[in-house]
Amino acid sequence: MHVDWFPLWLSLEVATAATLISVALGLWLAWLLANRDFPGKDLVDAIATLPLALPPTVLGYYLLVVIGRSTWIGRAWEAVTGSPLVFTWRAAVIASTLHAIPLLIKSSRAALESVDLACERAARSLGASEWRLFWRVSLQLARRPIAAATVLAFARSLGDFGATLMIAGDIPGRTQTAAIAIFDDVESGNTLAARVLVIVISILTAAVVLLANRMERKRVTH
Amino acid sequence: MLRATIMKRFPAGPESAGFALNIEFEAGPGVTVLYGPSGSGKTLTLDTIAGFVAADSGRILLDDRILFDSGARVHLPPRDRQCGYVFQTYALFPHMTVRANLAFAANRLPRLERHRRIAELLDRFRIADLAGRFPHELSGGQKQRASIARSLIANPAVLLLDEPASGLDATLRADLHSLILEIRQSLAVPILLVTHNPEECFALADQVLVYDNGAILHRAPPLELLRNPGTADVARLLGGFNVYEAEVVALDPGRQTSRVRLLDNEIDGPHLRGCFRGDRVALCARPEELRIAARPGANRIRADFVRAAERTQGVRVDFGNELLVDVPRADWPALKEAGERDGWWIELPAISLRQITRAANTLVR
Repeated sequence: MHVDWFPLWLSLEVATAATLISVALGLWLAWLLANRDFPGKDLVDAIATLPLALPPTVLGYYLLVVIGRSTWIGRAWEAVTGSPLVFTWRAAVIASTLHAIPLLIKSSRAALESVDLACERAARSLGASEWRLFWRVSLQLARRPIAAATVLAFARSLGDFGATLMIAGDIPGRTQTAAIAIFDDVESGNTLAARVLVIVISILTAAVVLLANRMERKRVTH
Repeated sequence: MLRATIMKRFPAGPESAGFALNIEFEAGPGVTVLYGPSGSGKTLTLDTIAGFVAADSGRILLDDRILFDSGARVHLPPRDRQCGYVFQTYALFPHMTVRANLAFAANRLPRLERHRRIAELLDRFRIADLAGRFPHELSGGQKQRASIARSLIANPAVLLLDEPASGLDATLRADLHSLILEIRQSLAVPILLVTHNPEECFALADQVLVYDNGAILHRAPPLELLRNPGTADVARLLGGFNVYEAEVVALDPGRQTSRVRLLDNEIDGPHLRGCFRGDRVALCARPEELRIAARPGANRIRADFVRAAERTQGVRVDFGNELLVDVPRADWPALKEAGERDGWWIELPAISLRQITRAANTLVR
């Protein structure tokens, strides 16, 4: 039996990169939504939620429209790096990020909003800048639910299929992630390889979800 | 010196009545107590001074600094206001030790001074041996002291205390009071303290601002407030006053006395300014200024005993019609026996009856 482990490694790499981007971008957006009033806030909130609700293929289609080779973003990328953005592992990272980030924004926002207002006011009154307040107080007090959301976001980006297929394609050895490889293996009758990948992915995801649940629970006892 | 003119309006919502804060006051070094019922705007006043809430209009000056000026569009962020704020819930950072909480506040001090300053305050507030503990490992009184110590680290220009005694029992409350008086001695900045407890108000205040429904009804030193609450509303808010409606029967400006009809009795009254015969006036007297007697006499009125309540300071006897009399506990059994045998008369000395204004808005503003 030959099992190609490349898709699994690629999936892990893509998911890791997507999670890092999601955390950086998602925390910032969550903080904005939790602490600032600005015009179009409801719209930003809605757009941030949309990837949760839309079919992944629709999401992938939009991505093609935005970063495809004929768009200005696609062309700018190509001009700078010399190669197209779509149908590379980078495109898979973008698709996975989009797939995972709504969860992170929603949970982090709720976590940041639940931080005791008096603590935040105390920090401000004691001379802390917003930056210091965020790192030393708000983030520390909200760290458990945010960490749990991060772990779940990782699991989610590990499992993206539709959007990744649309924008990164299914190029074995280059953009074929585990989720896509399983589909391919089943389609081509290679059930044993599919089964191995399915079991590994299941165990991995179960472990991640267990971890997330434990993080969530510890918050109560503090 | 703190000078504040604050206007802040909250429009009525579907589930809330509207509220408007409209106040003006000055507070020098010493304790200024913001006294009034819940929801009268006391904490909101602290929040606008600290900068957590922006006023609609007005000016807040602290020494020579402008914290807020709607005309000049100045609204300093809380971190630049140098206000020490002690929250009702203490608001210690739960993930930091007591020392780390204090160190967080010491961040703006010169590096070399931080350690010394933290050690000094840990010592002064008797929490040095608790420095390594987390807030959830402290008792209410310890949290309170840590919270006050933290607010003082960076040498605030004003200290704001929001109902600091609300979660404490009687002993800790007394400790807190002596602590606040100690701070008042050593710190020459205004201390604003919010409370709805009259005992606390009179124990700590150099100046009292009596709040009701977003306005300051009266501003006076506590003893003056006790001597003359000024208006019926203030008397009601302070509690412990008998307030009566009386009719002027005769006036004698030469002897500075009057005759008034009060609870269907005609008795001697105080000098009444700006009154004519037939006018109705409001008079007040404190329960400890009235006397219980067992026979009729000068300025005594007939009353019916309703109930007697034990209090820490003595016995408060209720005769209905807002007629409350405080008597020392030792005197009560004899008075009670005599009253039950011969009937009850209450003496209202003319000198203890003070004229107050019925309407609230004639005194301040």
